[in-house]
Amino acid sequence: MRFRTDYEAPWANCKERIDAKTGEWRFQRPVTKVGKCRECGWCYIYCPSGCREVKEGYFSANLDYCKGCGVCARVCPGKAIMLVREEG
Amino acid sequence: METKEGRQVRVLEGNLAAAYGVLLSKPDVISCFPITPQSSLGEALSRFVADGLLDAEMVEPEGENSALSILIGASVAGGRTFTSTSSQGLSFMYDAYLFTAGNRLPIVMAIAMREQVAPHGVIAGQQDAILMKDGGWIQFYAESCQEILDSMIMAYRLAEDPEILLPVNVCYEGFYLSYQSQRVEIPTQHEVDRFLAPVTKSERLRLCLENPMVFSSYTVPGELYTEYRYKHCAALQRTREKCDQIDKEFEEIFGYGYGGQIEEYRTEDADVVIVTMGSCTGTAKVVIDKKRDQGLKVGLIKIRMFRPFPVERLVEVLNGKKAIGVIDRNVFYAGFCGHVFFEMKTLLNELEPHVPVLLNFIAGLGGSDITPQLVERVINTTCSAADGKKVKQVTWLSLE
Repeated sequence: MRFRTDYEAPWANCKERIDAKTGEWRFQRPVTKVGKCRECGWCYIYCPSGCREVKEGYFSANLDYCKGCGVCARVCPGKAIMLVREEG
Repeated sequence: METKEGRQVRVLEGNLAAAYGVLLSKPDVISCFPITPQSSLGEALSRFVADGLLDAEMVEPEGENSALSILIGASVAGGRTFTSTSSQGLSFMYDAYLFTAGNRLPIVMAIAMREQVAPHGVIAGQQDAILMKDGGWIQFYAESCQEILDSMIMAYRLAEDPEILLPVNVCYEGFYLSYQSQRVEIPTQHEVDRFLAPVTKSERLRLCLENPMVFSSYTVPGELYTEYRYKHCAALQRTREKCDQIDKEFEEIFGYGYGGQIEEYRTEDADVVIVTMGSCTGTAKVVIDKKRDQGLKVGLIKIRMFRPFPVERLVEVLNGKKAIGVIDRNVFYAGFCGHVFFEMKTLLNELEPHVPVLLNFIAGLGGSDITPQLVERVINTTCSAADGKKVKQVTWLSLE
């Protein structure tokens, strides 16, 4: 038998995990209007992918993993996040 | 009352016997949702925890699916776990049931078996547990309250064995066993600790902060997926021999055993053998004794472990027999027969020197009794088939 792993069950060491760039699935991207962001952190809390990042004075998405679901734009109380269609 | 080994002798219903088996195995997390006829098992365990007899986390879930899912979490964290259910409760667990097996989590679950809808019925049957036969779990079927207790302890020993790592069902007919009181010897904690020692100390993969792991991740490519499926099947194959070995270990410590995967009762010189699974076995043994007194060479095989099916052991015992009569308290719709009978059919080609006549008898559905008279009909019909008389392959006893 040719086996690929020593594990008996679908377990793996986190360091060896296969990294799936879920950002490739996206058809729209969230863009933060920097001046309007009040740094309340709602988008950070609600993001289902956990891909919101804290920047200097605003929050933005890690586009490697952001699937473009739009939850951040929906919950933003300051209407600081716009969804822009991905082209190509 | 106590035996000379210091074991308490009590009159216990099947659910309580199961609860004592769990108590002695010292689980870390228990999560049960009430459903008849299993409820008194969960109640007994809650009482043990409340009285301080059992140091376990008792989680009250909002349904069966959550009950098993909670245990998946606890088992992944390295805990010893227990749940129990019946009928629709079991079907409500379905996805968690498959998830448990595929992730090779050694969870033990008691099933107080009840008919599965439809028609609706809060009555005994085997249909609920037997429908789960291809879920990748190990399944034991018990004959008596004592066997329920002992199987519970054996289940932990088998599930957590480093060569196996599979979840185990201990199944017993609701009402007939769950609520029927019988004489039960409760093993001492010292005996059970000794028996479980090999797995209590063993280490298995678990989620912890020191060495972060992921489990049940989205598995690609297909070759890796195939590999996990293969390893799961291979573990089930190893279970057969391991079950016999564990039964021997049990016998060394407790002084009695159950024969491992199957129990053979007066089969050695028998020409005709009947096959049973579950609570009707006791009745059938009485009838076998009666027929033996009349000079008929009949014996009985009780299937203890239905999953994986004890192929090699059955072939060994059934070689040279003239006729086999299988009693099924369940139905296999597509085959117009019972599940045990259908499994037995797959063995026929391996039997030498001649292929015996194989008959099926459907009995005890919908909570009806499998009486000594019905078993006698089974034996008489199987014996006449052994003598060359042509008989129907599948007989629905209460309809004919």
